[in-house]
Amino acid sequence: VTVRVPRFGDGSRVPGWDEAVDLTKPPATVPDPATTPVPDELREAIEAAMARYPDRRSAAIPALHAAQQIHGWCSPEAIDQVAAVMRVTPAYLNSVATFYDMFWNEPTPKNDVFVCTNISCSLRGADEFYEAMVAAAEESGEVNVRSFECLGACDIAPMASVNGVYMGPLANEDAQRIVDDLRANRPVLEHKQLRYRATADPGVAAELVPPVESAESEETTE
Amino acid sequence: VKLLFEGIDEPGLNTIAVYERRGGYEMLRKALAMTPDEAIANLTDSDIRGRGGAGFPMGRKASFLPHGDMDKYLVCNADESEPGTFKDRELMQKNPHSLIEGILITTWAVQINRAFIYIRGEYAYQADILEAAIAEAEKAGYVGENLLGSGHSVKLVLHRGAGAYICGEETGLLDSLEGKRGNPRLKPPFPAIEGLYNGPTLINNVETLYTVPIIFRLGGKEYAKLGTPTSTGTKIVSVSGDVQRPGNYEIELGIPSRELIYDLAGGPLEGHEIKLWFPGGSSSPVMTKDDLDIPYDFDSMAKAGSMIGSGAVIIVDDTHRVLDIAYKVAKFYAHESCGKCVPCREGTNWTVKMLERIESGEATPMDLDIMASVQDQIIGNCLCVLGDAMAMPIGSMVEKFRDELEAEIEAARERAGAAAIEDVVPLGVADEYAGPLPVH
Repeated sequence: VTVRVPRFGDGSRVPGWDEAVDLTKPPATVPDPATTPVPDELREAIEAAMARYPDRRSAAIPALHAAQQIHGWCSPEAIDQVAAVMRVTPAYLNSVATFYDMFWNEPTPKNDVFVCTNISCSLRGADEFYEAMVAAAEESGEVNVRSFECLGACDIAPMASVNGVYMGPLANEDAQRIVDDLRANRPVLEHKQLRYRATADPGVAAELVPPVESAESEETTE
Repeated sequence: VKLLFEGIDEPGLNTIAVYERRGGYEMLRKALAMTPDEAIANLTDSDIRGRGGAGFPMGRKASFLPHGDMDKYLVCNADESEPGTFKDRELMQKNPHSLIEGILITTWAVQINRAFIYIRGEYAYQADILEAAIAEAEKAGYVGENLLGSGHSVKLVLHRGAGAYICGEETGLLDSLEGKRGNPRLKPPFPAIEGLYNGPTLINNVETLYTVPIIFRLGGKEYAKLGTPTSTGTKIVSVSGDVQRPGNYEIELGIPSRELIYDLAGGPLEGHEIKLWFPGGSSSPVMTKDDLDIPYDFDSMAKAGSMIGSGAVIIVDDTHRVLDIAYKVAKFYAHESCGKCVPCREGTNWTVKMLERIESGEATPMDLDIMASVQDQIIGNCLCVLGDAMAMPIGSMVEKFRDELEAEIEAARERAGAAAIEDVVPLGVADEYAGPLPVH
């Protein structure tokens, strides 16, 4: 019995592996800063990041974070701009951007909802919540729902990170509420946010307290 | 004893004012008054073992770094990604200055001038808090040039990752910090000799460094009296899954696991019992309800065939199928494998496919043997332990729950209308199966 496996372009068994590159073109070199306009705020962010490390390439991840913040995703334009400031090739940055889960390689809606579906959360019903979240987000169209690997908040399982804010434990009804809160541009599910949670350890005198904003911490990711 | 969690919920502990009022940064002064060798001796005396997973004695690791005038680096591993682990998150969010103080003391002991905190990108809120805390510490003169007039200078940089489990592996983390894909490196040379930017590098977990000021407060010898002789001190354990009160608990190492799971975390949910549990994150070989009396410390757990790893206990009760748990675990490691080493890249993927075969009714009990042998071939054959981290729990599930998995295979075959197992002809036996093996 011989089973025929479908083959794609160039004999590959995986479709689309070669889509990212056009082999007929010469490889892209470091973009010319003179012909690559870069928004000032992005340039400043990247230069500040490069100054923090002994080797400028260490700034690749912070620079891509900054570019993604402005462009919404790691678009070819965004990659070119970062490459022009950092003096590296776009291919180098693409290799980095495709490795990490938090960089988008295609356009995505502006709100990120990461639903943890790893083991501890799934034991407490995260898979059902994820489906509810996808259904709720579908009609809104402004929410990018992704099932994510362990986000490190198994104490509030099942949980999600909404634009970087952790919340849980979530019930399936909360999915709609998250979408509504995001649409109304108000704090999402505030009573379930992790930041207000006291430690579970009974040996610690516990009360629910929000951390105090210090003078330097005016710019939080709210 | 509460050492790490002492007053952790006090309002404003994340600010330098409250931290200093509680005696913060006093231990930095005390350490700077010692010679670096005395400071390292203090760490060595404490016998503290790394809290990140491997459990390597911290003082020994610190003493591996070469002496002399050169660029050395300290990297705090805050890429807490092991499923089930969330202790560093709580520590960094509520008491960031204790971590900073621990880092500063360690840089003095090992004579390092550049320190990095590599925090996972998902911890945006914790990163903001740490960044604010570093700025406060800089302003107060604890971080920077010639701190507290000691002549010692430290530059401390917070680096945010972007979501990759493998960056919690120390050499993968170093590559990521250098701005590359987070692929692990060949060891040796170990990071203590050749690490970040090819310089000697000390890498420690958040909780380990956070404990350093406590060690200096008690004194290394006094700290070593806590816990068991080979697992000293207290540790935060993250308990999650099917328990009444999931959360972080500080325990003295060596208490019975039952006490941790039942007395502190409240035991399994009403009307259920524990089917299996992971003592140290999803990478640790699973334990059953018969193993609840094993003391929770590095050596006892290792002797029992598992590990306490990063200190993450995940409880699974009798409402869940072992097959689903195995599938979740295997799927995670297959997704997170960086693809550099063949046994891990292929082994994790094939394990996922074999588990899918069980579910779809195509498997026979022989698949369990193949699965077990795949796990054996991953362990110890890769640059890092990501592959092992899947192989150990999956191997232990096949071993300890073989009956259930076999019943699962038969039930799935029946559902799918496949031939009964007795009628299955092994490959290569009957004539029509002779010849080249089918390509899947």
